[in-house]
Amino acid sequence: MKSRFALWSIVVFTLVAIIVNLPSVNNLPNQVGGLNLRFLKNNNLIIPFFGRNLDLNFLSPVNLTGKFPIKLGLDLQGGTELILQTDMSKINAADRDNALESARQVIERRVNLYGVSESVVQSSKLGEQRRILVELPGVKDSSSAANLVGKTALLEFREIPASAAAEASKSGIPILAFAQPTGLTGADLKKASVTFGGSGAKSGPQVSIEFTDIGAQKFGEITKRNVGKPLAIFLDGSPIEVPIVESEILGGRAQISGNFTAQTAKELSIQLNAGALPVPIEIIKQQSIGAALGNESVQKSLLAGFIGITTVAIFMVAYYGIYGLLADLALIIYSLLVLAIFRTGLFLIPPVTLTLAGIAGFILSIGMAVDANILTFERMKEELRSGKTGKLALETGFNRAWTSIRDSNVSSLITATILYMFGTSVVKGFALTLAIGVLVSMFSAIVVTRTILRMLPRFKR
Amino acid sequence: MGKKWWFFILSTIIIIPGIISLFVYGLNLGIDFTGGALLEYNFQQPVDKEQLKENIKSANVDVSVITNSGPSTYIVKTKPINQNQINKIKEVLSQKYPKVSEERVENIGPSIGAETTKNAFIAVVVASIMIILYLAISFRKVPKPASSWRFGITAVAALLHDVLLVVGVFSILGHFLNVEIDVLFVTAILTVIGFSVHDTIVVFDRIRENLPKNLSKSFTEIANISITQTLARSLNTSLTVILVLLAMLLFGGDSIRWFIVALLIGIISGTYSSIFNATALLVAWEEKLGH
Repeated sequence: MKSRFALWSIVVFTLVAIIVNLPSVNNLPNQVGGLNLRFLKNNNLIIPFFGRNLDLNFLSPVNLTGKFPIKLGLDLQGGTELILQTDMSKINAADRDNALESARQVIERRVNLYGVSESVVQSSKLGEQRRILVELPGVKDSSSAANLVGKTALLEFREIPASAAAEASKSGIPILAFAQPTGLTGADLKKASVTFGGSGAKSGPQVSIEFTDIGAQKFGEITKRNVGKPLAIFLDGSPIEVPIVESEILGGRAQISGNFTAQTAKELSIQLNAGALPVPIEIIKQQSIGAALGNESVQKSLLAGFIGITTVAIFMVAYYGIYGLLADLALIIYSLLVLAIFRTGLFLIPPVTLTLAGIAGFILSIGMAVDANILTFERMKEELRSGKTGKLALETGFNRAWTSIRDSNVSSLITATILYMFGTSVVKGFALTLAIGVLVSMFSAIVVTRTILRMLPRFKR
Repeated sequence: MGKKWWFFILSTIIIIPGIISLFVYGLNLGIDFTGGALLEYNFQQPVDKEQLKENIKSANVDVSVITNSGPSTYIVKTKPINQNQINKIKEVLSQKYPKVSEERVENIGPSIGAETTKNAFIAVVVASIMIILYLAISFRKVPKPASSWRFGITAVAALLHDVLLVVGVFSILGHFLNVEIDVLFVTAILTVIGFSVHDTIVVFDRIRENLPKNLSKSFTEIANISITQTLARSLNTSLTVILVLLAMLLFGGDSIRWFIVALLIGIISGTYSSIFNATALLVAWEEKLGH
């Protein structure tokens, strides 16, 4: 009875795994040969049922598949990774976590405004180090990403006091060094956008800004008392433009013409819209991985993995005959289960992001799954040789092999856990796939292979 | 196990060249560990490397080496720099050459590099200690006078042999073929550790099982029996893993080539050392204690 229960569980698990792993039905062609496949895509499973309409759309394959794509890491799909170190030296110890979180939000807004889909912006705390990790899939130009994300973007309007001109000429220090903050900053902005100036000195990309009501009021007062004088616009402490105020400006609109290219104007407007960073940050790691490299390695690695696993499957059949074939079946079920877990995270953990190192972890775990089968088969052979009959040899073989499988897999799990705790992101990816693989391989070796073998006639006696 | 001293001599001979290379040449560490910048630029046509170096120097950046990565693409390596300097280089190059494009920018701060090295080291040490502890607990029932601690410690000694071999070989490869050590290499080492212990445990598990059955036999004899019994499994398992790795080496992408090489060396060594180092050491130890 127990065996039958195990068998049905395996069948159910496998079916669920197959459904999760099916490629999205929407990618199927409409027709294959003479077979019309359109009904699979038709999202209309409303069935009349005793005068009511039963909506069975949630059962449609379209809704079940393609929902769980495998998430590829940056090394596989190409993109840019940045690690930013925050400088908290000027922030009170108690406020540092808040400052980190608001810096993270500002960066996330910048990234979203820049239009990168599936980006990751995470904060991390390592001892007293507070960092922000930014992953931008598909972004090849890591320099412009670094420019966008890495600036504090504190916009200030500074006025130049009347006494400054005399002092500047006397001391030889540039007049801008005497500029005084007016209290009007980027925080008073409602919105910034890129515009293009007309002809002459003001041609080219500009950043148009619009103040909030309070900002507009401040701006009016400042321009009123500075008519005929320069008003300096500072970004992160350095002047980007020093226009001369021609008249009082009401209505709260202004243009910054600076020396922009279309790209830098866009970056500045995004930074202004997202707000200034509450703390200075420094880019401590910047890495861009070409998508071409990523694509090539994924396809080649997948092909290579496939060839490798097929060779192993053939070897198993050649060496162990019918047992080998069954072990191969168990191996297929094993792969389906592991991939399904990668895609869904079993709804307990976030789906696994697959990286090159992750694939390595997966392949190692396949090796361990095969090993568990080999261990048991060798053990069963010994038991049969020692004169035990079918059923007894099977059960003794499994029981004896179990201690080896347990100890070797537990030590792998220990290694994986420690790697996950101490590792950098690459190593973490490896550790996670290895741990999942090892756990499923124990299930596969003990439950799946055993249940299938028990069904063979020679092991019934 | 009568020939165990020969195995120890062989194992030592295998790792000696690598250890010498480690002391003489050290490791060819990539920017993942040392910190630094790797910039790749594509030009319309081939350019003079010396001139390129001078041009980049005019942006106040110290270039350590420039290599070709394509007919008109160049990889420039420098010390860690900041984004302003990267922008400055691009500006200078755009002025000097027509159509320059920035293909790749990797810039890793020295703190990250030091951290990666430290974490990798801590991970290996902590994992080794935990494995010794686990084996000591799991093998606690071995009949006296054998001790479960000796099982754990010899397993880790075999593991360190495999790690040392791979690191040594890569020190030699780094010097002669300019193969760099990157984060993937650390992953390879960790995989080797996992596999090595896995293999050793299977042999040790058999010794554990055979000890109470053969109380009249000496430890050495029991070890011999156990090795013979597990030999088919050890070879078959390693063979399957080696088949997968060979396929990856032959058909896989360039970016993982050296990673696979590291795994192959480590796994072959792991299979060898589970029998000829771990078990032989355990036997030598038990014999020394007169068991």
